Amino acid sequence: MSDNDYIIEMIDVHKWYGSFHVLKDINLKVKKGERIVICGPSGSGKSTMIRCINHLEEHQRGKIVVDGIELTEDIKQIEAIRREVGMVFQHFNLFPHLTILENLTLAPIWVKKMPRAEAEEIAMKYLERVKIPEQRDKYPGQLSGGQQQRVAIARSLCMMPKVMLFDEPTSALDPEMISEVLDVMVELAEEGMTMLCVTHEMGFAKKVADRVIFMDAGQIIEENEPEEFFSNPQNERTQLFLSQIIND
Amino acid sequence: MSKTSYAVGEHPDLEPPASTIGVIGWLRENLFSNWWNSLLTLFGFYLIYLYLPPLVEWMFVKAVWSSPDRVPCDAEGAGACWAFIDNRFTQFMYGFYPKELYWRPNTAGLLLIALMIPLFIKSFRWKWQLGAFILLVYPFIAFVLIHGGYLGFELVETNKWGGLMLTLILSAVGIVASLPIGIVLALGRRSTMPIVKSVCVVYIEFWRGVPLITVLFMSSVMLPLFFPEGTDFDKLARAMIGIIMFQSAYMAEVVRGGLQAIPKGQYEAAASLGLTYWKSMGLIILPQALKLVIPGIVNTFIALFKDTTLVLIIGLFDLLAIIQQANSDPEWLGFDTEGYVFAGLIFWIFCFSMSRYSIALEQKLHTGHKR
Repeated sequence: MSDNDYIIEMIDVHKWYGSFHVLKDINLKVKKGERIVICGPSGSGKSTMIRCINHLEEHQRGKIVVDGIELTEDIKQIEAIRREVGMVFQHFNLFPHLTILENLTLAPIWVKKMPRAEAEEIAMKYLERVKIPEQRDKYPGQLSGGQQQRVAIARSLCMMPKVMLFDEPTSALDPEMISEVLDVMVELAEEGMTMLCVTHEMGFAKKVADRVIFMDAGQIIEENEPEEFFSNPQNERTQLFLSQIIND
Repeated sequence: MSKTSYAVGEHPDLEPPASTIGVIGWLRENLFSNWWNSLLTLFGFYLIYLYLPPLVEWMFVKAVWSSPDRVPCDAEGAGACWAFIDNRFTQFMYGFYPKELYWRPNTAGLLLIALMIPLFIKSFRWKWQLGAFILLVYPFIAFVLIHGGYLGFELVETNKWGGLMLTLILSAVGIVASLPIGIVLALGRRSTMPIVKSVCVVYIEFWRGVPLITVLFMSSVMLPLFFPEGTDFDKLARAMIGIIMFQSAYMAEVVRGGLQAIPKGQYEAAASLGLTYWKSMGLIILPQALKLVIPGIVNTFIALFKDTTLVLIIGLFDLLAIIQQANSDPEWLGFDTEGYVFAGLIFWIFCFSMSRYSIALEQKLHTGHKR
């Protein structure tokens, strides 16, 4: 394939909820190792867009190719893509009936058929990276929000994904816990992980993003390098949005 | 409302609050907290005074515990005739099962208990394997032991089975089979595949809409008419299938309630990790959903246990049916009350144990998460 250096390609993607047109003609190409921050007002379709990448939402028109695999109705291909793509949710979505360690080892053991000892070794490695190895035997309900989100990141990393999708990872957190999660994400970015983050943390965007994408009403309105994007937004709606969120 | 006002520092001490600890305190708080409650309490005590002593006298003090015949029971002022139960006890337990073969169901029962003990030992490592053995292999062992006809065991037809043994067999088979079938039906009803979904909906709504007594009657009277001449399909087996079909529809709805209570995020997290449908159901969704609906599941189990008594209308002699039959024995006429008290006690013991076990299980599975 000629376009091998793109890990995600979205070409002319459209999506409707009933008669409501949520995604309009989305074209997005992501290179390996690229870090992209997606922002925009609520209801603009940014979460829907990244959720289409691992088929948590279905697109109705257009083409999505992840790591050379085209996303179709075929469940085998969807599962293959999901093994390559990790996802972190706004509400963590840890499995409350399993311990932290079990949360982390579940997918490697059952999806990748990894022996338990090996899966636990990898799990501990990632728990240490998110700095909470001592919580391994607790249940998610016993951890704080920030800790839970770090566990959720570690859980995705245990599958050794090629791409990580973050769907507003800090918006459900108390303010004092946001930085501990962002620190982990920055570290991950510095290690060269391909990341797509839907977030309003503009500090994070300035620090790590290669590109910032602004969406409104289901369309990509503007995309640029962070410095340009923040200092010199082209589109009127981008300017309005930025003036509203960066009010200090 | 205070009528007088006092200068600062001159307010007299208030009376100490009423004691709320100790026996007196407890009585005051719970039984005599106001005049209405006091009245109710006194009325309650009066009812107890009225009914409890005669009941104790009838059940225990003047009861006839054992006797080969009914003579002492007919004596003036005699209490409950437990001798009737005593004389019929083995029949109440085994029905018309041959006396010399009682050891066979006994062995089957003891074997089951012995097999289940390790499941309650925390450090036992082969729980899954043992559980699978009990569910998949043990029923055949039990069948060969109780039914016979194989391995040199003398055949005992199912029409000789009865009493508590039959009640337990029917409900155990019903419980063990209806839960997995119910789970599959519940998953099917939530499926996005239209055919699977409509099959499950029709099944559930059909079986839930028919009274169990009709199901049993149909299985025993109507069904044989459709079979070709000469084929005979065991009556007990037909009743069992009827009960399983019926209860699995109820179970499906209980389980569906649990499935609906699981947040969408759990499904999405499982899917995003690449788990297949069955793995995400088996590992993530069902363990949480079933835990949520333990009270409902046990409720269905208890209902099933008691509903097995309905098999008496198709001529199977479960515990209740055999007691009723004994009541009409001319030798022991007039002791229905004792028989029904005994049946009630046995049913209550089993149902109450199930209920306590479900509470213990809920506490054990609680992992401290909110929700």
